[in-house]
Amino acid sequence: MEIEILGNKDTRSGFGEGLAELGRTNANVVALCADLTGSLKMDAFLKENPERFFQIGIAEANMMCIAAGMTIGGKIPFTGTFANFSTGRVYDQIRQSIAYSQKNVKICASHAGLTLGEDGATHQTLEDIGMMRMLPNMTVIVPADFNQTKQATIAIADHQGPVYLRFGRPVMPIFIKPDALFVIGKADIIKEGHDVTIIACGHLVWKSIEAIKVLEERGISVELINMHTIKPLDEAAILRSVAKTKCVVTAEEHMINGGLGEAVSQVLARKMPVPQEFVGVNDTFGESGTPMELMTKYGIDTEDIINAALKALARKG
Amino acid sequence: MENTKLVGIASQVRRDILRMVHAVSSGHPGGSLGCADFLTFLYFEKLRFDSNNFTMDGKNEDLFFLSNGHISPVWYSVLARSGYFQVAELATFRKISSRLQGHPSTDKKLPGIRMASGSLGQGLSVGIGAAITKKLNHDNHLVFTLHGDGELQEGQIWEAAMYAAANKVDNLIATIDYNGRQIDGDLDQVLALGNLSAKWEAFGWEVLEMDGHNFDAIRSVMENAISLTGKGKPIVIIMKTEMGQGVDFMMGTHKWHGSAPNDQQLESALSQLSESIGDY
Repeated sequence: MEIEILGNKDTRSGFGEGLAELGRTNANVVALCADLTGSLKMDAFLKENPERFFQIGIAEANMMCIAAGMTIGGKIPFTGTFANFSTGRVYDQIRQSIAYSQKNVKICASHAGLTLGEDGATHQTLEDIGMMRMLPNMTVIVPADFNQTKQATIAIADHQGPVYLRFGRPVMPIFIKPDALFVIGKADIIKEGHDVTIIACGHLVWKSIEAIKVLEERGISVELINMHTIKPLDEAAILRSVAKTKCVVTAEEHMINGGLGEAVSQVLARKMPVPQEFVGVNDTFGESGTPMELMTKYGIDTEDIINAALKALARKG
Repeated sequence: MENTKLVGIASQVRRDILRMVHAVSSGHPGGSLGCADFLTFLYFEKLRFDSNNFTMDGKNEDLFFLSNGHISPVWYSVLARSGYFQVAELATFRKISSRLQGHPSTDKKLPGIRMASGSLGQGLSVGIGAAITKKLNHDNHLVFTLHGDGELQEGQIWEAAMYAAANKVDNLIATIDYNGRQIDGDLDQVLALGNLSAKWEAFGWEVLEMDGHNFDAIRSVMENAISLTGKGKPIVIIMKTEMGQGVDFMMGTHKWHGSAPNDQQLESALSQLSESIGDY
C-alpha cells in the first residue's frame, strides 16, 4: 500500500491554522477560549483578530452559553477548550442552549482521548463522541490528521448548525493531502480491498494504515474507511464496502460504548448484519503515561487492529 | 403608556396565565403572576421590537431573554398580547404539538423566542453573548434578561456576573424576580442568598432596586437603568415581587409555584381580575 507521509504534526495545530484562515476570510467568525489559548493553538487568530477573540476564563458553562447568545445577530462562534471540558462538564448548557436551540456554535475540542497522555484520566475523555452523537441537531466530526483537521475547521464555518469537532495533542503522521476535498458526512476511502473493512476515525486511522501493512504481508486485502464524520454517518460508504468484504473492524480512541463502532453496528444490524470487531477502550478509565504507552495498554494500538481483523475474518468463515 | 392602561393589560395577562395553567392542570402560575406587571411594562412601554417581523437575529431591536423559563405562561401571554402571535394560540399551552411548550423553546418556531430556557442559570450568559454581538454589529439596542431569585443558586450565574463586569458588558440589564420563594419553600430556608445587593456590587455591577408591582416605580427605575447603560458596567435590578400577586389565596405562600388551580379556585381567582381587553 502506497501511503505517503507528508510530515508529522498534531491535529490541534490543524485546528489553529484553520481558525486563523477563517479569521482572514470570514468576518462573522469569533473565537472563545476558557484559558487554554496556547494549548488550542488559537494564538494566531488572537493575534490577527483581537476584537473577535473572547477570553472567558476558567468558566466553560458560561463560555458555551455566551457562544449560543453570540449567534443571535449572525456571529459564528468557535469555542476552544479540552474535549473533557467541552462536553461532560457543560453537557446541559450544550443540550439546552446550543443543540435544542439549534444555535450555530462550533464546539472545538482538543486533547481528546488517551493520547492527552501524562495528565491522566481526569482529563482523558473517552465518552465525548457518545455524548455528542446522542444530541439531536449535533454534527460530530473527528478528523484523522493535521491537514484534515484544518480542512474540517474551515468547512464547519459554512455549515449551518451546531458542530462538535474533536482533535488531539500528539504529533502524528500527516497522510491526507493539503488540497484534499473534505465533505461533512462523506467518508474517505483511504484504500480499497475485498477481505475485511476497517472503519476508523481520528488517530486510529493512522494506526489502521500501520496494521494494513502487516495484514497485506499475510495476503489479506483490507479496505480502509476514514469515517471522519460520526454524525451524520455515511451509511452508503459502510454498506458499499461491507457488501464486498462481509466483515468489519471499527477502530477509535474512545469507549466502545457509545462510539463510532456502535454507530456502525446500528447500521449493520438493520441493513446488513455481518461479523464486527470493536477496537476501542473497554469500559475503563485511562491513566498517566505516554500517548503510545497508553494506546498499547488500553488496546487501541496497531496490534489490536491486526488481531481484530483476523478475528473478524475468522468469524466470517 | 398611562398606568391605568398598563394595569388593565396586566390584569388580562393574569387571567391568561390562570386560564392557561388551569386548562392543562400544569404549569407555574405563582412566579408568572408575580412578573406580570414587569413584563407588561417592558413589552408595552419600553422594549423596541417589531412583532410583525420577528427574526432570530433581532438586529436593530432590543432583545429579551427569559432565564427562568418555567414562568413561560406570563411570557406567552405578553408576547401574544404584543402581537407576536394570535391570542387564541394561548389555548394550546402545554398541549401536544403546540408551539407553546411547557418551557420556552425555539424548535417549534414560536415568534418572540430566541433561546430555549428551563434548565436554570443559563440566561445571563446567553444575554451577555447577545449583548457582545450587538456591540460587534454596532447595534446600540439593549439586551434584557429576567431571572428567578432561586435561580441565583446556580453557579453559572456568578461565572456570568464576573465576566460581564470584567469585560464591561454595559448594554445589558438583568432583572431578578426577588419574591423570596422557591419550590421547596422560602428561599431563606432552602438556601439563603445573603446580602444580594452587596453580592452584585462586589461583582462590579450597577445595582438598582425596584417595586415590581408599582408602575410608577417600575418606570422610574427602568428609565434610570437605561440611562446607566453605556457607562462601562452591567446593570442588575433587584425587583421585589410577591409570588401569586393579584390572587389573594395564591399570595404569601410558595405552594402555587408549580401547581394549577382547580375549577373552583380558577373561578375565585378570575373574580379578582378584570377582563380588560378580552379573554382568548
